[in-house]
Amino acid sequence: MRWVKRHLLPAYAFLAFCYLLLPIAVVIAFSFNAPSGRFNYVWEGFTLDNWVNWDAPPGIQSAVVKSLEIGVISTIVATALGTLLALAIVRHQFRGRGATNMLIFLPMSTPEIVLGASLLTLFLNRQIVTGFGTIFIAHVMFIVSYVVVTVKARLIDFDRHLEEAAMDLGANEWVTFRKVTLPLLAPAILSAALLGFALSIDDFVITYFVSGPTQTFPLFVWGAARVSVPPQVNVVASAIFLVAILVMIGNVLWGLRARRARETMPHAVPLPEQLHQPEAA
Amino acid sequence: MSFLHRHKGATPYLLLLPGIVWLVLFFVAPLGFLGYQSLQTGTFDTGYTFDWAFSNYVDAVRDYHEQLVRSFLYAGIATIVALLVSYPLVYWIAFRAGRWKNVFLILIVAPLFVTYLVRTLAWLNILADEGPVVGLLRDVHILGPDGRLLATSFAVVAGITYNFLPFMALPLYVSLEQIDERLLEAAEDLYASKRQAFLRVTLPLSAPGIVAGTLLTFIPAAGDFINAQLLGTPKQYMVGNVIQSKFLDVLDYPSAAALSFILMALILVGLIAYARAVGTERLTG
Repeated sequence: MRWVKRHLLPAYAFLAFCYLLLPIAVVIAFSFNAPSGRFNYVWEGFTLDNWVNWDAPPGIQSAVVKSLEIGVISTIVATALGTLLALAIVRHQFRGRGATNMLIFLPMSTPEIVLGASLLTLFLNRQIVTGFGTIFIAHVMFIVSYVVVTVKARLIDFDRHLEEAAMDLGANEWVTFRKVTLPLLAPAILSAALLGFALSIDDFVITYFVSGPTQTFPLFVWGAARVSVPPQVNVVASAIFLVAILVMIGNVLWGLRARRARETMPHAVPLPEQLHQPEAA
Repeated sequence: MSFLHRHKGATPYLLLLPGIVWLVLFFVAPLGFLGYQSLQTGTFDTGYTFDWAFSNYVDAVRDYHEQLVRSFLYAGIATIVALLVSYPLVYWIAFRAGRWKNVFLILIVAPLFVTYLVRTLAWLNILADEGPVVGLLRDVHILGPDGRLLATSFAVVAGITYNFLPFMALPLYVSLEQIDERLLEAAEDLYASKRQAFLRVTLPLSAPGIVAGTLLTFIPAAGDFINAQLLGTPKQYMVGNVIQSKFLDVLDYPSAAALSFILMALILVGLIAYARAVGTERLTG
């Protein structure tokens, strides 16, 4: 009985992980399937053909390229806008702070379908032609809030002594920002950008509303799902998954190394007290 | 940059300007247009005119209350199941997984790295009529000989639960991980049983995570239409399916806009009620 009690939780965790990972295993496995008919539902044999000819289904290659393009440019713009917003909110006192926080929080708590529908209404009413440009506008809009949240978390823990030290040593505000603030914020900005990119290439709902004739990878999958999904869709999804996992692992390892470095060399960064010491006569 | 130096008071506004402009133009203004559209009458062919047609809202609720109720029911069940499934799991990671915590965390968010639509389609493979799950359930007579899982409410709710589970698990993990284990030791020193220690210490301290996870799961789930579309039939359609088809297939914009607003208003009302119940402090962190 005690044996059962002690192993109940680990056994449960194991089963829960099986549940979480099963669909991923299915996606990857079926990327190697050789379906005889149009449907990739039943396992019929192993092949590498789908990986070699991943761009065989018409339209899949251009859809993947579009997704990557939109992901990159909307991430860059949203990361810049979001970082500036986070700096203003954490570092400055200003009127309308509550309203600003609200404006950033609301897009995250609005269902995607409402965001997509409202943007489409705007574009229809202003006679703006939907396509690449409107997808870009929409993606920047919904990524910004996530960037703000990510960067803000880091800024709140930020040790301002380091900046004061730089200023005491004669650096002006801009130099301090570039040489001290920005490098220390870089990991947070990078995580925010990665998150933004992941959100962008995965987005279906909002994109579906504002895409016009432009097709991204999720839209390609949606179109295919109405007829039959070629195994190459599993290939692309598996590839995206593997890259994302590698990046995640790299991120974790990087964090571990940084922590270890800090622990073994606690004074690698000069402490403010030391910088304040008057120079020896 | 010298401008910033001379006018220090302007700095925050300059930093805010581009982001705020973007959000006002492409988040606030569109909602305004959506509201404007929802009060219009007419058809796509004849054009729409604005005449304060509040009847659109009345008609939308009358015609689609079934889908509205279903959305909140499915989202509610999915949220509760996600909470029950992920709590013991993240509890185990936070307190028992030792140095492998980060690895297990990656495993929890791993589903998010598979394109949303593709991981939903994977459930088509798993729950297929010829698949192993249905076969097993038929053999043990939980399902009848013609019983199926696809095209049922079960499949749709299961899909929603799976898709949004990481959004429940992550905030839960963060709040459990922050608990000082000495508090639990103190509780046991004071003769609390394991069960009491959990109910009186661990559970209340993880409340912020439960609240955040509930919101992050429930809100997207209530607006979802992909799971109902791919794993269900029109009998399982949610309000998202109606909005989507009215906007993009039927081109009945006013009615679709009214439904969008109703969905948002209901979520907002739920949010406020929830905030009242648990306290706003916990809601915004």
